[in-house]
Amino acid sequence: MFEFLMSEAVYKFVRGPLVWIAFFVCIVGSAYRIYSMISLAKKEKVLLPYLSLKYGLRSILHWIIPFGSINWRRHPIITIVTFLFHICLVFTPIFLLSHNILWYESWGISWWTLPESTADIMTLIVVFSCVFFLFRRIIASEVRFVTYPSDFLILTIAFLPFITGFLAYHQLLLPYRAMTILHILFGEAMLIAIPFSRIIHMVFGWFTRAYTGSEFGMVRHVRDY
Amino acid sequence: MSESANWDWKTKEKLLVDLNELQKKFIDIRELTPSDDGEKIAAVVQPEDKRFTTCVNGEVWDETFEKVWSLKFKPDNKLVSLVFRDFEWTVAVDHEMWEEKFDFIWNMQFTPDGRVAANVKKGDDYGVSVDGKTWENGFVEARDLIISPNGTKTASAVSTKRIKEGDIFGFQEGVWTVAVDGVTWDKTFVNVWGVTFSHDNQHLAAEVRLNLYDYTIAVDGKTWEETFGCVWEPVFKPGSYDVVAPIKTPQGWTLAMNGKPIWGNFIQIWNQKYSPDGKRIAAIVAPEYGKWTIAVDGSPWARSFSDAVLPPIFSPDSKRVAAAAKESKYPFHMQSALHNIPGNDRYTIAVDGTPWAEDFDMVWDPIFSPGSDKVLTKVEKNGRYFIAIDGRVGRRGFEALWNPVFSPDGEKLLIRCVEGGKYYRRVVPIGEI
Amino acid sequence: MAVAEKKMAVAEKKTEKAWGKIVDAGLDEGIKKLTPEKIEKVINKALAAMGGARLKTYVDTCIHCGLCSEACHHYLSNDRDPSFAPVAKVKQTMWPILKNKGRVTPEFIRRAAEIAYTECNLCKRCSMYCPFGIDMAYILLSVRRICHLLGVTPLYLQDTAHSHAVTMNQMWVKQDDWIDTVQWQEEEIRAEIKNPRIPIDKEGADIMYSVIGPEPKFQAQLMGQAAIIMNVAGINWTYPSFDGWDNSDMAMYSGDHEIMGRVKRAHFEAAFRLKAKKIVMGECGHAFRSIYDVGNRWLGLKMPPVPVIHAIQFYYELLREGRIKIAKKFKEPVTLHDPCNVIRGRGLGEMARYVTNAICEDFTEMQPNREYNFCCCAGGGVINCGPPWAKKRAISNRVKAEQMKETGAHIVITPCHNCHSGIEDIIKYYKLGMHTKFFSEILVEVMEIPEEFKVG
Repeated sequence: MFEFLMSEAVYKFVRGPLVWIAFFVCIVGSAYRIYSMISLAKKEKVLLPYLSLKYGLRSILHWIIPFGSINWRRHPIITIVTFLFHICLVFTPIFLLSHNILWYESWGISWWTLPESTADIMTLIVVFSCVFFLFRRIIASEVRFVTYPSDFLILTIAFLPFITGFLAYHQLLLPYRAMTILHILFGEAMLIAIPFSRIIHMVFGWFTRAYTGSEFGMVRHVRDY
Repeated sequence: MSESANWDWKTKEKLLVDLNELQKKFIDIRELTPSDDGEKIAAVVQPEDKRFTTCVNGEVWDETFEKVWSLKFKPDNKLVSLVFRDFEWTVAVDHEMWEEKFDFIWNMQFTPDGRVAANVKKGDDYGVSVDGKTWENGFVEARDLIISPNGTKTASAVSTKRIKEGDIFGFQEGVWTVAVDGVTWDKTFVNVWGVTFSHDNQHLAAEVRLNLYDYTIAVDGKTWEETFGCVWEPVFKPGSYDVVAPIKTPQGWTLAMNGKPIWGNFIQIWNQKYSPDGKRIAAIVAPEYGKWTIAVDGSPWARSFSDAVLPPIFSPDSKRVAAAAKESKYPFHMQSALHNIPGNDRYTIAVDGTPWAEDFDMVWDPIFSPGSDKVLTKVEKNGRYFIAIDGRVGRRGFEALWNPVFSPDGEKLLIRCVEGGKYYRRVVPIGEI
Repeated sequence: MAVAEKKMAVAEKKTEKAWGKIVDAGLDEGIKKLTPEKIEKVINKALAAMGGARLKTYVDTCIHCGLCSEACHHYLSNDRDPSFAPVAKVKQTMWPILKNKGRVTPEFIRRAAEIAYTECNLCKRCSMYCPFGIDMAYILLSVRRICHLLGVTPLYLQDTAHSHAVTMNQMWVKQDDWIDTVQWQEEEIRAEIKNPRIPIDKEGADIMYSVIGPEPKFQAQLMGQAAIIMNVAGINWTYPSFDGWDNSDMAMYSGDHEIMGRVKRAHFEAAFRLKAKKIVMGECGHAFRSIYDVGNRWLGLKMPPVPVIHAIQFYYELLREGRIKIAKKFKEPVTLHDPCNVIRGRGLGEMARYVTNAICEDFTEMQPNREYNFCCCAGGGVINCGPPWAKKRAISNRVKAEQMKETGAHIVITPCHNCHSGIEDIIKYYKLGMHTKFFSEILVEVMEIPEEFKVG
C-alpha cells in the first residue's frame, strides 16, 4: 500500500488524468445540477416570475458579509468560524503558490499567490474549523438531532485535503510524496463530491438565497436578513 | 331586446327626478335604480328615522318598513323590492305584497315571463319561491337560485341531511345535491356547485365533488365517467345536451365536452361561453402563468393581459368577441386603498384580441350593437362616468350612469344618467355620443 | 433468499410532553384507512405534481447546521427540545418521505401530520434565520398537502375546509345569515353614528370590504366598527350579498389546494362583479396571505387581480390623510403584536406603528418586533385544529408570553384574528392579566365623530 502511494505511476495518474476527470465531473456535474434545477423551477411556474435581481442580490449581500444578517449577529462565534472556514476553504487552494506552479506547468497560467505562511495559517483555520463543526455537531443538541452520517462524511471530505496538504507541506507523518498523493486524491475527491453531495450548497445556496430574498423583498416588502 | 322596440326612441331628453329635491325630503336615499326603459327611477328612501320605503319618480309609497333592499324593475316596469317589518320578510311588487311571509328572502331574480323568484327561508326550511309559491319540499340549506331559460323551472344546490358541525365523516358521505322545483336528484355528493340548465329546460348540469379529491360533472345526477383534479362550472352547448366544462388534468387545464378534452392545455380556463349560434365557444384562459386572455375555439388571442380578463361576450352575429381586460405595469408596487398607482390597475376593453388604445379606472361589460359592428360600454375616469364606443370616449361625463341600451336599429342609444343631481333619460344618436 | 422487504420509515419516538398524547379523530381515524401501498402511491403522485424544484433544492442545500432553531417559538418555548427546531420538523417529515420515496408507515403519517399541522405555524421566521433562506414553511405545507391527500387532517381544521367548500366561508355561514348580519349591524351602529349605511351590492363602489367567517358568526361588532370607520371616513364601499365576501382560507392550511383556489376565485370574482377597484380586508393575517401570494398563485394569478389592502394599511392611510381624526388617544398602556402574515408577509410593520402611535398614548414595543417578531402560535391553521390542541399551543409559545409580559402593557393590539384569539389563550394560560384588542376596537373608541354623524 505504502509503496503504491510512493510510486511514480500513481503520482502521474493523480496529477494528470485524474485532475482532468475531477474538474470535469465537478464543473459538468454542477452545471447539470443547475440546469436541472432551473428546468424544474420553470415547470413549477410559480418561482421564476418572482425572481428579482435587486432583491436577490440584496439578500445575498447581507448574508455574505459577516454580521450582515440578524442570525450572523446572534451567533458571533459560529459566524466568525463559518466565514473564516469558507473563505479559507475556497481561497487557499486557488491562491496557493504550489497550486499556482501546477497550473503554470500544466496550462501556462498563474496569478497572485498567498505568502506561504499565510496559506499555512489559512489551512490550519480550515482544519480547526472542521474540528469545531465536528464538536458542534456532537455537542449542540439541535444540530445533533439532524445529523446523519453523511454530515460527518461531508466534513471529512472538506477536512482531508487540508490536513494532508498541511502535513505534506511540513513533511510530517508520511514521506512527502505519499502525503502529496493523498492530498491530491482527497482534493479530487472533494471536487468530484460537489455535485453529488450536499456540498452542492455552494452552488445552490446562491439561488435559494436569491429566491427568498426576492419573495421577501419584492413581493412582501420586508427584509430577510 | 324585443321590448325595447316599444320604448320611446323619439324624445331626446326627459328630466324625470331632481334628486337634490328628493335628498331634502328624506333622511337617506339608497339603491338608486332606473327601469330598463329609463322612464322610471326608484330608490329606497328613509322618510322617518328607521322607517324605509320605496320611491318611484319622486312618488313615495305610503307603506313603511324596517328594512327594504334589493330593488329591481321587472321588464314590465313594475318595481320589485324585498321588504321587512314585524319580523317578516316578503316581496313587494310595486305596491302589492306577496301574501306569503318568510324569515328571509334573497337572490331575487326574474323569470323571462316576468315572474319573481327568490331563495327563501321559513322556519328551518330553505327553498325557492316563485311569485309567492314556495317549493313544497324544504331543505336543510339551499344555496343559489338558477332559473331555466324559459322560466318554468327553478333549481338550487341543496343540503338534504342535517349534520353536526365537526362531523367530517358524515359530511364526506355526501349531503349535497341539486333540487329542481323542490325535487332532488337521486344521488348526493360531497359538494355541488355551478348548477346550469340546458337550453330546452329539461336537463341540469353541475360541478360535483365525489370525495375530497375527485371532481367531475353531473348531468341530472349522473356523473361523467371520468374524474378530474378539479373542474369549474359547466355549460350546455346550445341546441344539444352536450356539456362543456373546464377540467384540471396533470398537464394543465383544458375544456372537456362530456368528459373528453376538446382544447389544448392552459394554466387556467374558466367562464366559457357559447356564441348565440352555438357554433363557437370562448373562455378566459391563462396561456402562461400570470398572463390572461380570451381563447376562442381553443386558440388564445395573441395579446394577453397581466392582471385579469373578464368573461367574454359574443356579438349577436356570433362573429366577434369582446371582454374587459386589466393590466398593471408595476405589479409589485405597494398598493394604496385611497389612491391609484400610476400605470397600475388599468382597465380597458379588448375586441377580438385588440385592446382599445385608452384605459380607464373601471370598465363595465362590453355591449355589442344589434348589427354587431359597434362595441360600447360604460367607463369610469377620475370619478366620472362616460360612454365609450369602439375605444372613443363620449364627450359628456356623468355623476352616475347605467348601462346604455342600443335602439333596435342600432342607430340610437338610451342613456340613463345623473347630471347636476338630476336623473335624465336621454336618447342620443350614436354619432353624437 | 427471501425477498427483501421494502424499507419503510417509521415515526420517531418523542419524549412525552406536558400535553401527553392528543386524540384527534381526524388524524386517528384517518390513518386507519391507510395501507403502506396507498401511502406510497399517493405520496409519489403528490410529489410529481409538486414539481420538486423547491423541495429537491432545499433538501440538497440544507447543511443541517441547526441555525434556524432559535427562530422558532416552538423550539424556544419547549426548552430547546431539538425535535421542535424547524430543520428537525423537516427531518421528521419530508426527508424520510423523499428518501424512502413515499414508503412510510401510517404511524409515520400521523406523526408527520401532527408536526406539520400543530408544531409549525408556517410563519416563515426560520427562512429569515436560515443562511440559505430555505422556505421551511413551504416544505411543511407540502407535508400538509400530502396529509390532506391521504385523508389525515385534524378534525376541526378539516371541518373548516368543508365549510369553505360548501359556503365559500370559514364558519358555515349561510347566505341568508350573512345578509341578515350585515343589515343587523347597520341597525346596531345607529347608536354610535347618525344614519349609518352599510351598502350591499353597490356596483361601482371604490372598495369591496371583506371579512372572515368568524366576524358574522361570532364577532359581528367588528363589522359594525368597520362600518363606523367607513361612514365617518366617507368611503364609497360595499359588501357583496353573494358568496365571495369571506377572504379567509383554511383550505390553504389543510392542504386542499383545489378548495383554496375555488374560494379565492369566488372572492376576486365578487370584486369584479361589484366593479370594485380595491379589496380592503379586515384585521386578519392568513386571509391576506391566501389572497396575496398563495391562493392566487394556484389559480395562475401572479398577483391579486384586484389590489388587496389590509386593514392596518387602510387605517394608516385614513389617519395619515386626515380622513379619520383622533379625539382623545387611548390611555391604557399597549403593546403591539406583529402578525406574521402581514408584517413578515407584507411589510406593514411601520404602518402598524404609525397607527398605534396615532391612537395610543402609551406604547411599548415587544422585543424583538416587526418582521423579527415571534408568531402567536395560533397562525398557520394551528388554532383551527381546535380544542384538542389548545394546551399544546399555549405551552409551545411561552416565549410570546415572556415577550408580552416584559412590556408591562395591559392591552396587546393584535391586528389579526388568529393572533387575537391565540394570544388571548396565551394570556390566560400564563395568567398575564392582559387583553387583546383589534385596531378597529381602539380606533372606534378614540376617533372623532364629526358633527354630522353625532347621534342625538
